[in-house]
Amino acid sequence: MDLSAINPILFIAGFFVAATPLIFAAVGELVVEKTGVLNLGVEGMMIIGAICGFATAVETGSPLLGFAAAAVGGAVLSLLFAFLTQVMLANQVASGLALTLFGLGFSALLGQSYVGVKPPRLADVDFGSLAEIPIFGPIILSHDLIVYLGLALVVAVWAVLKYTRIGLVLRAVGENHDAAHALGYKVVRIRTLAIMFGGACAGVGGAYISLIRVPQWTEGMTAGIGWIALALVVFASWKPFRLLLGAYLFGGLVQLQLNLQGAGVAIPVEYLAMSPYVITIVVLVFLSRDKGAAPASLGRIFHASS
Amino acid sequence: MIALEKRPEPSRTFSLAAPLLAVLATMLFGGLLFALLGKDPLEAIRTIFWEPLFGEFAFFYRPQLLIKGAPLVLIAIGLSLGFKAGIWNIGAEGQYIMGALFGAGVGLAFYPMESVFIFPLMVLAGAFGGWIWAMIPAVLKVKFGTNEILVSLMLVYVAEQFLASMSLGLMKNPEGFGFPGSRNLQQYASAHNAELITGSGMHWGVVAAFIAVIFGYVLLARHRLGFAIRVTGDAPRAAAFSGVNPARLVLFCLGMSGLLAGLAGVFEVSGPAGQVTIDFNVGYGFTAIIVAFLGRLNPVGILLAGGLMALTYIGGDIAQSKLGLPAAAIQVFQGMLLFFLLAFDLFTNYRLRLGRTEVA
Repeated sequence: MDLSAINPILFIAGFFVAATPLIFAAVGELVVEKTGVLNLGVEGMMIIGAICGFATAVETGSPLLGFAAAAVGGAVLSLLFAFLTQVMLANQVASGLALTLFGLGFSALLGQSYVGVKPPRLADVDFGSLAEIPIFGPIILSHDLIVYLGLALVVAVWAVLKYTRIGLVLRAVGENHDAAHALGYKVVRIRTLAIMFGGACAGVGGAYISLIRVPQWTEGMTAGIGWIALALVVFASWKPFRLLLGAYLFGGLVQLQLNLQGAGVAIPVEYLAMSPYVITIVVLVFLSRDKGAAPASLGRIFHASS
Repeated sequence: MIALEKRPEPSRTFSLAAPLLAVLATMLFGGLLFALLGKDPLEAIRTIFWEPLFGEFAFFYRPQLLIKGAPLVLIAIGLSLGFKAGIWNIGAEGQYIMGALFGAGVGLAFYPMESVFIFPLMVLAGAFGGWIWAMIPAVLKVKFGTNEILVSLMLVYVAEQFLASMSLGLMKNPEGFGFPGSRNLQQYASAHNAELITGSGMHWGVVAAFIAVIFGYVLLARHRLGFAIRVTGDAPRAAAFSGVNPARLVLFCLGMSGLLAGLAGVFEVSGPAGQVTIDFNVGYGFTAIIVAFLGRLNPVGILLAGGLMALTYIGGDIAQSKLGLPAAAIQVFQGMLLFFLLAFDLFTNYRLRLGRTEVA
């Protein structure tokens, strides 16, 4: 074992890369759940985003176009979920599972000819001489645009939910859809838009895995990150900044695990690889006593007649 | 203007018609998908649904129907109990793996001893392995209120890593020339889950699946516990008033579904699969979710749905080799089925009304 092989600055900078897919997927799901919808299809939307983004980036040569396509792909898939749960009034748990199963299959189908292809690289943002500040520069100012976009998104979601009229309406729909309906808000339309936003975010998160973190395409490559994002929303008690904190903690753990694998620690690789999932379970156990923060209408079906 | 109106009673007719409509819609849209992939849609559908049953080589494929259907039915029966009560075990894949590992572990520990007791012991160990893996989310839910959906799903990934570790390490065949994977249990008579009638596909797992269907039917239709499950699903508050203990129900439903998934795992690893390998699991635990819903969470329905889903697996394999249809296309096909089912289910509880409706 050789821990000195781990460069502390690269190690901490890696937190951001490991956390970004989670941040996107989880912040999207947070908005969806705030409107009272539980979409368990995050994993499916992420993997569709991963392949849409990958394919577009390879074909056009532009990673940013890839991310845009990933957002569109995730949002389109989420429309299926919206149709099932909002129009056809189907059970949200079952519909979310269906979305994940379908997404995993469909992405494998789309991605057949992209196995082994290398995607174009997204350049890091150029901060000029600021990036040369010791420690701070290489850790914070050495990333691509999407990392900063993720941070901005969390701040924006927090501000919108807390300070704007839109945020108030979103939360009203999630807390009591019957009351919101009585006040004249279009519950189904608002929820559908939120679901699409969640889908777009999950798509971008997925594309970050296939375009930057790995970067290549393999079937089922999201490997449960969508589910961990769902756990992260619970961890954060539906609060954007706690979500950010959780994502970095988690990103740090993943990074540590990968570095330990690389450094050849005496623990077998398989046991290191299962640690993120075990830690997620442990965290869920510690936080599950605090249920008061969940939106009151979460997971309930809305029909105007009832 | 078309409006939805809640039916006073769920429609029995539509409850039965929805799965059939879903299958038809899936054939239609699946055919469209196959056409987009450049395959003849009619030929593809015929290959998937007709070839395994009545085609030239049907004698070879029909036994496969039992082999592929049994684990699906076994797992789906367990899942349906929980789903009915609103307890969501979606980690059956993990419980299936652990059942296989526990069962195979016991078998391999006895190698090369021969005894009639080894196989029954393996089955017990497999059931225990699945059960204990499902008890993790169950106990956490009961003790701490942890979400069972997320915990059971996370445990699938943990189980997959265990499987990798076992097939590369502890259970690796010492005479396997360094290849990953355990000894082949098919070549170890006392541990082999052999066909009961040669060439029929009938092995102990198939027997267990049929018993599970009967067990599920009796439990739900005749037993007090089945009543508790149904009431909890329909009206949790009423269930609490009628003296249902929700904690016990969670432990029972998750435990039972884990146990059945574990059984499916041990029967598979000691029979059709033969050995513990890294990718020995093929997603039965997830497909069983579709089977449970397609079968309307009803034991008899699940038996039929399991058969249909097995058919798509086998037909999909044939279509893959004969028509070059990608394996993922079948996965999409199966996912579509669940989509359409959930969509058509609307008409079980609601009906369409044409004409003007006043504002609610």
